[in-house]
Amino acid sequence: MLRRLHPDQPESFAFSPENQKWAEAQVTKYPEGREASAVIPLLWRAQEQEGWLSRPAIEFVADMLNMAHIRALEVATFYFMFQLHPVGSVAHVQVCGTLSCMLSGAEDLIGICKEKISPTPHTISKDGKLSWEEVECLGACTNAPMAQIGKDYYEDLSNQRFGEVIEDLRNGSAPSPGPQNGRFSVEPSLGLTTLLAGEGDRPSTNESVSLAEKFNDTIKKIDGSEVNLSVRWDKQ
Amino acid sequence: MLKDQDRIFTNIYGMHDRSLAGAKARGHWGNTGDLIKKGRDWIVDEMKASGLRGRGGAGFPTGLKWSFMPKESDGRPAYLVVNADESEPGTCKDREIMRHDPHSLIEGCLIASFAMNANVCYIYIRGEYIREREALQTAIDEAYEAGLIGKNASKSGWQFDLFLHHGAGAYICGEETALLESLEGKKGMPRMKPPFPAGAGLYGCPTTVNNVESIAVVPTILRRGADWFANFGRENNAGTKLFAISGHVNSPCVVEEEMSIPFEELIEKHCGGIRGGWKNLKAVIPGGASVPCVRGEEMREALMDFDYLRGELGSGLGTAAVIVMDHSTDIIKAIWRLSKFYKHESCGQCTPCREGTGWMMRVMERLVNGNADPSEIDMLLDVTKQVEGHTICALGDAAAWPIQGLIRNFREEIEDRLKRQVSKQNILVAAQ
Repeated sequence: MLRRLHPDQPESFAFSPENQKWAEAQVTKYPEGREASAVIPLLWRAQEQEGWLSRPAIEFVADMLNMAHIRALEVATFYFMFQLHPVGSVAHVQVCGTLSCMLSGAEDLIGICKEKISPTPHTISKDGKLSWEEVECLGACTNAPMAQIGKDYYEDLSNQRFGEVIEDLRNGSAPSPGPQNGRFSVEPSLGLTTLLAGEGDRPSTNESVSLAEKFNDTIKKIDGSEVNLSVRWDKQ
Repeated sequence: MLKDQDRIFTNIYGMHDRSLAGAKARGHWGNTGDLIKKGRDWIVDEMKASGLRGRGGAGFPTGLKWSFMPKESDGRPAYLVVNADESEPGTCKDREIMRHDPHSLIEGCLIASFAMNANVCYIYIRGEYIREREALQTAIDEAYEAGLIGKNASKSGWQFDLFLHHGAGAYICGEETALLESLEGKKGMPRMKPPFPAGAGLYGCPTTVNNVESIAVVPTILRRGADWFANFGRENNAGTKLFAISGHVNSPCVVEEEMSIPFEELIEKHCGGIRGGWKNLKAVIPGGASVPCVRGEEMREALMDFDYLRGELGSGLGTAAVIVMDHSTDIIKAIWRLSKFYKHESCGQCTPCREGTGWMMRVMERLVNGNADPSEIDMLLDVTKQVEGHTICALGDAAAWPIQGLIRNFREEIEDRLKRQVSKQNILVAAQ
């Protein structure tokens, strides 16, 4: 699929000081001379910081890893999670449209995006806050239909609930992610059939939701201050 | 039905303590150092004896795969790479291991790396699993802190480093050599084999790539014995397995069950039955998007294992991602959606796949609308045969098989639709 850089590019890019530290630490995961391995994580961090991936950001990461610019540009245009065009200022809504979700009503969710955000994908809504696209299988098939918004999965969506989530986003807040129908995680939706022991002392939410609530960064631009940097392997 | 005490993933739903302390209480990290001290050969032999077949889809025996790694290093380091790219439509089991039972995976990484003479292991997780990445990294940090991995891991004398790496949304990176390319910082385009990764993989060094579930079951198999594991399932299809059932069942779920469990039992016990009852079952894709679909009536009696689904039904167990479709489903449209998926995800390296996936999708689109000539069904089948087996990796095959399955099982439905469309046009012509 043809993916091109946006015609209007910012002048420059730099990581925030914390993100710079984070990026330098990531590079130490790979053997000497293999720094290019870190290109995807670093490009992703750049996108998390800015919202989308600009040419100066791609070139900045390439320079940091001693890669030819074209090698980093190849990577940025190959992988679909890299947004090469600006997205909504609050959130970019990614609705899974692949088979399990389609069977469970993803086409309706896409209809809601068309109605509430913009008639075409990858188009910023009139108020500038939201954009959307249909993506391929996100790997949460037993919780179909679902959508990824920012860092989180919103699962077991009904049309009504999805509409409410979009309205909340428009008002600047991200509702609690995870299953939206009261389900805990991927247990049978009608109730447990296995692992029944000790059901009484279960945590209030599954791990993904717990992390989302702890860091409160579902739709936040990541500047590196969110999670303490841990580079345990370096200490050894 | 598998008893709870015979389940390997005892916290798959995350309803119990997910920290290291909780994992230890459930039996992980108990005597890891002792298991390692039993030596490399013992571990590999035990894995072979357990009959574990790779859980990533191909079903290659895991112990045998490990034995391909060089016994002595020629100066190059060896690597274990764990494939956590989980992108096969319908599959959502590894996610649960990584966010809710991560220590089973980390302990498995240590033991498997030791067995293959690797001091370093990379886990390649798909980019979209952001919270799962955070959860797994937290668990890795805990393990480092407790001295379970790192220098002298679990007091075994073995130095072991475990790094979490992520992708950025490319299905093809679930193919092992594309994954290695991606891990080296390149586009995820599969490599020609040979050389196989065990000879020249990551950074040109001996490498084994294993699925998350294959690695996460290792500690429990070694602890409880190869015989215990081999005891489940039919011969050559040993063990327990995570099944992910989605689509038109009353209660979709991920559940660990015995291999070779009858499909009917799996659905009735855990999924609350088929929506609208068994008479309403139209088709099932039993192993993720890449395997051919099966007619509902043939599926009811099926045993869920590698050999039955391949041998008796011409399909496959794949990743055990079961997609159920009832009679409300437009089966032609469902398979068209998969064709669209493969067209989107083809990396573009080999011409038959790059061009063929788009071509097949466009013909499928016309079949959905009934806007095609009946002779085009055979033409489409012929094209799938020209794509199949003519590409570097299996994505070409994976794109061809669902369409072949559709034509094999639902040909009359396609023909009916084309006829209806033709008669509609005739009426229109007559009316003019």
